[in-house]
Amino acid sequence: MATTDSVVEKQDLDNQGGSSWDGGEAPFKASYGKLMMWYFLLSDAFTFAGFLIAYGALRFSSPTWPVPDFVFSTAPFGVHHAPLIFVTIMSFLLIISSVTMVRAVQEGHRENKNGVVFWMLLTIIGGIGFLSCQAWEWTNLIATEHMTVNVNPFGTHVESGVYLDADGKETDEVFEAGDSYLIHKAGAAHGEDHGEGDHADHDYSQGDHAGYYVNSDNFLQRKYLVTDGPDAGEVKMQQFGPKAFGALFFFITGFHGFHVFSGVVFLIIIMVNAGSGLYMARKNGHEMVEKIGLYWHFVDLVWVFVFLVFYLL
Amino acid sequence: MGHLSYEDSKKLVYKGLVLLAVVTLIEVFFSLLGKGHVIGGLEDISWLGYLVGLILIVLSIYKAYYIIYEFMHMRYEVKGLALSVLLPTVLLVWALIAFFQEGTAWKQRRQQIEEKDKEKVEEVKQDDLQGLRYNDKTVRFNG
Repeated sequence: MATTDSVVEKQDLDNQGGSSWDGGEAPFKASYGKLMMWYFLLSDAFTFAGFLIAYGALRFSSPTWPVPDFVFSTAPFGVHHAPLIFVTIMSFLLIISSVTMVRAVQEGHRENKNGVVFWMLLTIIGGIGFLSCQAWEWTNLIATEHMTVNVNPFGTHVESGVYLDADGKETDEVFEAGDSYLIHKAGAAHGEDHGEGDHADHDYSQGDHAGYYVNSDNFLQRKYLVTDGPDAGEVKMQQFGPKAFGALFFFITGFHGFHVFSGVVFLIIIMVNAGSGLYMARKNGHEMVEKIGLYWHFVDLVWVFVFLVFYLL
Repeated sequence: MGHLSYEDSKKLVYKGLVLLAVVTLIEVFFSLLGKGHVIGGLEDISWLGYLVGLILIVLSIYKAYYIIYEFMHMRYEVKGLALSVLLPTVLLVWALIAFFQEGTAWKQRRQQIEEKDKEKVEEVKQDDLQGLRYNDKTVRFNG
């Protein structure tokens, strides 16, 4: 043991049996690494809490807010009008990967190298699966539904009314206060058939038209006749939803997704180390697996609350 | 660990999986119920919306508790460690109250501004002005 780190080992030996004031005891009977991982997670929890509380404050300050089961109602393979189904699958992926992580830690306690690698591999697959789902969700929101950090095409009606057709005549499309709408881009395929027939024969040049307004970004804001309230009889057009929604969504789910991504990277590194037998030789055994396990469960924990505020409430 | 036998802790993990999955499904069900997807028309009952919100928050906190205490093994740590990690989060209660109250106040102020903007100002012709009383004399504005 005549290596350079024998100094540290000698210190450890010296401390053993010393009084508490000499550093002879581990605080809270936990190792340094585990304790610091807990405190890092505490600070990270405050960061996420800050973001989620900002979301709450802005949502409370807004007269209307996009309804989650309207915004998140699309799934891959052409599934529409399936509110929250896709994001529930994403939640299950994280829960399952959390469970496989617990199994990896348990195998680590038994010093079962192959068991650790097997269960960590399943955890990594779960994490990558979650990231892929999130990539699809973002792509759908950005490319198909045209939501960006500063444009939110998900609006909510505040009064009842009836939509006008392209010539400015009333249609039979009636809506009530509280109904949601998505402002589409003129001429663009929006993945959903509204049964409005062919758009091609209308004039979608930018500017004001009889039944709609095309803004400078080619968003088609439909006009409608208000049928109740103090403004009954007036013709208005669809307004964009609260602007902060897009920025909050992409920033908070992105920050969580980045945590998942870094978790996957660390899981891969530690899985490779475990597989090489590195931890079998260590005095504290597979503690590294425990520490990345704490981090991975925390990512699942944060998702519980992101899921709550963005999708459920 | 050494607190439970290997077989027992293995069983506990799969119990956790079923528990978290079922709680998540219940949450999604309640969320859709509150938004009127399960039974139409329920979304218009406002007290139901608050009740559903409360149920969802309680269930989420239960999930968080389960993840921290079972999966992250907080149950088996020294009490001081658990307290030093969990107690600081109580500060968030203050942040929740303060910021949500502030958010609501922004909304009310915006509504107030909107209402004031709509108030009609009555136009008065110069000839109809009665003038001001100043030192017991009426001061005419015009001539």
